[in-house]
Amino acid sequence: MNNQPRIHFLWGVVPVLTMLLLWETTARLQLIPGGIFFPPFTTVMAEVGDMLFCGVLIPNFMSSLGRVLVGFISGSVFGIGIGILMGWNERVHRWFSPIIGLLYPIPALGWLPVLMLWIGVNEMLPIAIIFICSFFPVLYNTLTGVRQVKPELINAARILGASDLFILKKVVLPLALPNIFTGLKLEAGMAWKVVVASEMVAIPTGIGSLMMRAESLVRLDIILVCLMILSMMCLLFERFFAFLEFKTTGKWR
Amino acid sequence: MPVISLSSITNHICQDTQLQIYDGELLVLAGATGAGKTTLLNVIAGFTPYGGSVQFNGTAVDLLPPSKRNVGYLFQAFALFPHLTVTENIAFGLEARGLDKKVISQRVTQLLALIKIGHLHNRYPKSLSGGEKQRVALARTLAPHPEILLLDEPFSSLDQRTAKLLRLELKSLQQKLGLTAVYVTHNRMEAFEMGDRLAVIRDGRIEQIGIPSEILFNPLTSAVSDLFGAPNIFKCSRIEPLDFGLGRAKCGSLALIVPYCGKAVDKIAVFPSGVRLSRHPIDTPMPNRMQGIVVDVRIKTPVVLVDIQVNDERITAEISSQLWEEIHINISDPVYVTISLKWIRVLLKCSCVDIKPIFMVND
Repeated sequence: MNNQPRIHFLWGVVPVLTMLLLWETTARLQLIPGGIFFPPFTTVMAEVGDMLFCGVLIPNFMSSLGRVLVGFISGSVFGIGIGILMGWNERVHRWFSPIIGLLYPIPALGWLPVLMLWIGVNEMLPIAIIFICSFFPVLYNTLTGVRQVKPELINAARILGASDLFILKKVVLPLALPNIFTGLKLEAGMAWKVVVASEMVAIPTGIGSLMMRAESLVRLDIILVCLMILSMMCLLFERFFAFLEFKTTGKWR
Repeated sequence: MPVISLSSITNHICQDTQLQIYDGELLVLAGATGAGKTTLLNVIAGFTPYGGSVQFNGTAVDLLPPSKRNVGYLFQAFALFPHLTVTENIAFGLEARGLDKKVISQRVTQLLALIKIGHLHNRYPKSLSGGEKQRVALARTLAPHPEILLLDEPFSSLDQRTAKLLRLELKSLQQKLGLTAVYVTHNRMEAFEMGDRLAVIRDGRIEQIGIPSEILFNPLTSAVSDLFGAPNIFKCSRIEPLDFGLGRAKCGSLALIVPYCGKAVDKIAVFPSGVRLSRHPIDTPMPNRMQGIVVDVRIKTPVVLVDIQVNDERITAEISSQLWEEIHINISDPVYVTISLKWIRVLLKCSCVDIKPIFMVND
């Protein structure tokens, strides 16, 4: 029993190591023509050190991270808030649902040209895009979570003497948490994808713009560093919410 | 504890329903599926909109929301909060009232002991059995000291043994606490076992209300009689004591062995499902075996009702369609009738006491 988690971990690591090894050997032995476009893994890792040393990586990473955090947190807070209101109150639902139904299908990046004209090319632009990208899915997941709380449980709470606010706080919200987390897990990764895209198109700082500049200098190692950071951040954010979900709902589900 | 009066209750199911539930009694609401039993319960709880008036001790509560009616409700599907432990579930109603933490913890401890679920206190509902869940639900319901207890088929999803045990415990708790209780069921044996009085509800109206023996022996309509198994009722002229709680009752032209407690018997009821048929006299000693002639056969899938003339009396037997196809009984065939003791109910002459004879294990 004690070995179980270790074996599990190994099974996750071995394929990744194999892939890295394959990458390294094919690049080193120049099995693929045009070696300059395919640097080996160790070269990429060495570039991470260089970039950290000359102070390129941290500021760009931090500005992307800041945008993701502000945009994602504000989008989620509003999404959860309006989702709860819509799930709880039929009148609010009737008002908002057609509007949101029309806005939701527009891809977040589709807003980019509009927002560039409305708010200009500045810090607010990627934040606004991430806000839009997180807001709708989190809202829909919250709404579903609130609406699927069994009416019988709400009746049970009412007959036990609970006020509406108490029921919302102690019954509806905790029971909607699994759905809310589904939305958060999905959108935390999505926020990173969107921030990079918007930085590539419009903003002169951040991981996305770093990649665009590396492209013009044909620095594939830098591009690969950026992609690896992106992959790690998406994974980290998703795992963070999975962990939070387990902490809050793991015991009773 | 309060008297509950329903006057002219009208909504999508109830049609001008009148009902009085006395202080401290357990009233069973019985009826077929869709008759309006649960709806009536929801009217008392305030879950369903209605016309007319509900009064607790003469005070109308129609404008009060469910949370202010001080009513306890036990649901068929338990309705425990899955994200709360047993302790937190029981404490819910007390926390909702904003009581002091110390008071809450005292009351919860008290209930864990009263309902005998102390060992479950930190478990989550997902890890409880059906019987344990309903015990927790009962503790949670009783925690805020309700004066009225509403029960919507609370034990129907449990196995028979657990259900029976919980019914007995519930009944004694209800009497001990003096709660006014309304118990919904479609199980006729449960109705007889639990009810101080029975109200038969049909199409949103109260068809008949009375003590169980009154409903069984004097059903006002055939619908009421059918609901309780359409028993054969025989008027008895005298009873001679035999031994160990048995007596031989003379009922018209029949002489039947019945449960006997030393008091004069007025009527007996024999449930058709407890009347067995055979073509030949079986040579084992068995009381209550008589010869008769089939006079009518009524097919009501999945059962067949066979009327047998025994002396001057007519006895209805209920057999399964399958059995009927196998034995091919036709009208005017001679048959032997055997009535098992446990399917006989007795009404005493002084009908003030409602003696509860042995209950059937199966419905």
